[in-house]
Amino acid sequence: MLLLILKRIGLGLITLFIVSLITFVGVEVLPGDACTTYLEREAYGSALDACIKRLGLDVPAYERYLEWASNVVRGDFGYSLSGEMPINEVLGPRVKNSLVLASVSILIGIPLAIVLGIITALWRDKLPDIMISTITIFSMTIPEFISATLLILIVAIWLGWLPGIVIIPSDATFYELLSNIILPVVAISMIMTAHMARMVRSSVIQVMASDYVQMAILKGVPYWKMVFRHVLPNALLPAINVVALTIAWLLGGVVVTEVVFNYPGLGRLVIESISNRDLPVVQALAIILASIYVGINLIADLMTLMLNPRLKSLQIRK
Amino acid sequence: MESNLITEDKQKNKLEKAFEILKTMASKPSGLIGLTIVLFHVILALISPYIAPYDYKAISPNTMLLAPSAEHWFGTDSLGRDVFTRTILGGRTALTVTFFGSLIALLWGGLLGIFCGLVGGKIDDVVMRVVDAFLSIPWILAMLLIVSLLGTSTEVLIPALGFFYGKGIVRVARAATHDVIAKDFIVSARARGHSNMSIIWNEIIPNVRDAILVEGAMRWSWMLLGFSSLSFLGFGVSPPTPDWGLMISNARGLMSFAYWSVIAPIVGLSSLIIGINLTADAFAKALGIDRSTKAPV
Repeated sequence: MLLLILKRIGLGLITLFIVSLITFVGVEVLPGDACTTYLEREAYGSALDACIKRLGLDVPAYERYLEWASNVVRGDFGYSLSGEMPINEVLGPRVKNSLVLASVSILIGIPLAIVLGIITALWRDKLPDIMISTITIFSMTIPEFISATLLILIVAIWLGWLPGIVIIPSDATFYELLSNIILPVVAISMIMTAHMARMVRSSVIQVMASDYVQMAILKGVPYWKMVFRHVLPNALLPAINVVALTIAWLLGGVVVTEVVFNYPGLGRLVIESISNRDLPVVQALAIILASIYVGINLIADLMTLMLNPRLKSLQIRK
Repeated sequence: MESNLITEDKQKNKLEKAFEILKTMASKPSGLIGLTIVLFHVILALISPYIAPYDYKAISPNTMLLAPSAEHWFGTDSLGRDVFTRTILGGRTALTVTFFGSLIALLWGGLLGIFCGLVGGKIDDVVMRVVDAFLSIPWILAMLLIVSLLGTSTEVLIPALGFFYGKGIVRVARAATHDVIAKDFIVSARARGHSNMSIIWNEIIPNVRDAILVEGAMRWSWMLLGFSSLSFLGFGVSPPTPDWGLMISNARGLMSFAYWSVIAPIVGLSSLIIGINLTADAFAKALGIDRSTKAPV
């Protein structure tokens, strides 16, 4: 069991190592280095020299990678060119804001998805299922920027209930944030809930067709007792992994949503740093977002392991 | 002569099979709706340059932000361009980029996946690690980086999209190859002394093709989503190319009094994405592949 957990963590670390290599090599291979890219037409003379010295671009690439990587491991991401300050200071408030947005969305999204998934599965092909499934198909296929734009148009402009654009400084307090994040949260959790509800639905349907549920029905176990005792524990377990993959996939959608609502989080920083051609920040963001992805999947794997009694006694599993 | 007949017969069978699949797809309402929408968009994309009433890049200060009327069915945008013209031409851009992108994704993803499934061992392990690492970089960051360093032309966008959406296909193709490779008919083909190439071409590809095609159809809709998001963020095709993502992002600031210029591209893009999704689902069901429990990675 412990060996298994260590193996998973090891695999995650290897993935992160490869990600760091990919982003580093990618930035190296693509035309222009961080300084010429950032300075563009002013990339000559003393400005270029100063920039090269600041980033240490005058040493060979592998040495720079080693230094950068060892700094990142110690939690130092280097220096932002456009902000002219350490990247950690740029990141701090952004990470906090995105965390608020993401955790509120997840706290609303996951329970809602489970309830909707169960309803649609138990009333499969009946009216509740058809109605909810149609809505979920719509909200999971329509791009985030469209649902967000429509939300602003209908709720903020036509109805005038909520502010359409978040106008808060990036270091706003938690309470200032809450009143502003209702629409972004709706936009993100809508698509997330739809994806997860569909997975819960098919997982529940699969379990309902299994032998042990048929057995429970034949034995005369009351319907709701059967649902809660036999179906749900077995149906939700495999859903955990899929839900984790979905959350990670939606990171891209969070970027777009933050831009639409002008929300000062990590997502907008992605766009800003790329528009400013601030490659050190882009590298830092790649590592951070990849760590979130790997972390979420690791947690899901561990949760599945903990909750599955069959795997507890297992020593080696490929 | 005889061999000709046989190949003709085979050809006919293939066509009949494809027709059967289409019929099964259209037999359910969701599949029929999806097919109709996709067909409508494809036809519109093919004929739009000939039926477009105005020049898509003609700027005119006299016709700025006009409401929908008999002359301008969907109104005009902030530069006085006809929204109807730009909307029907926008589908052409989206379909061209994502069609060729999906083709590239299917080719390299499918071939690498089959290769990994076949050779196994160390090479397979290493390749899959790298694929996993690529999967854990959010698509948007990678795409933005490539596009911002190489420029926003379709010559860059199509291969970049094809590359990034192909890595998921590698996994599917590999898994499907793993399932097939242990079957008896492969063993007997080996025993008959067939070469590796012949086994790949005649035994493995026909058996993994369905799984890869279904995955490709799904990727197509995600790629369309990704491509239009990029355009929306200003990193897709460059203006004045008519493109839905770009149109929505331009018209967004003015939508409090000119909502028509944002509604038309929204309807176009949403309907195409929903259409492709429904079609892909129906396609998967017609081929008997269950992908309802898969995560969208």
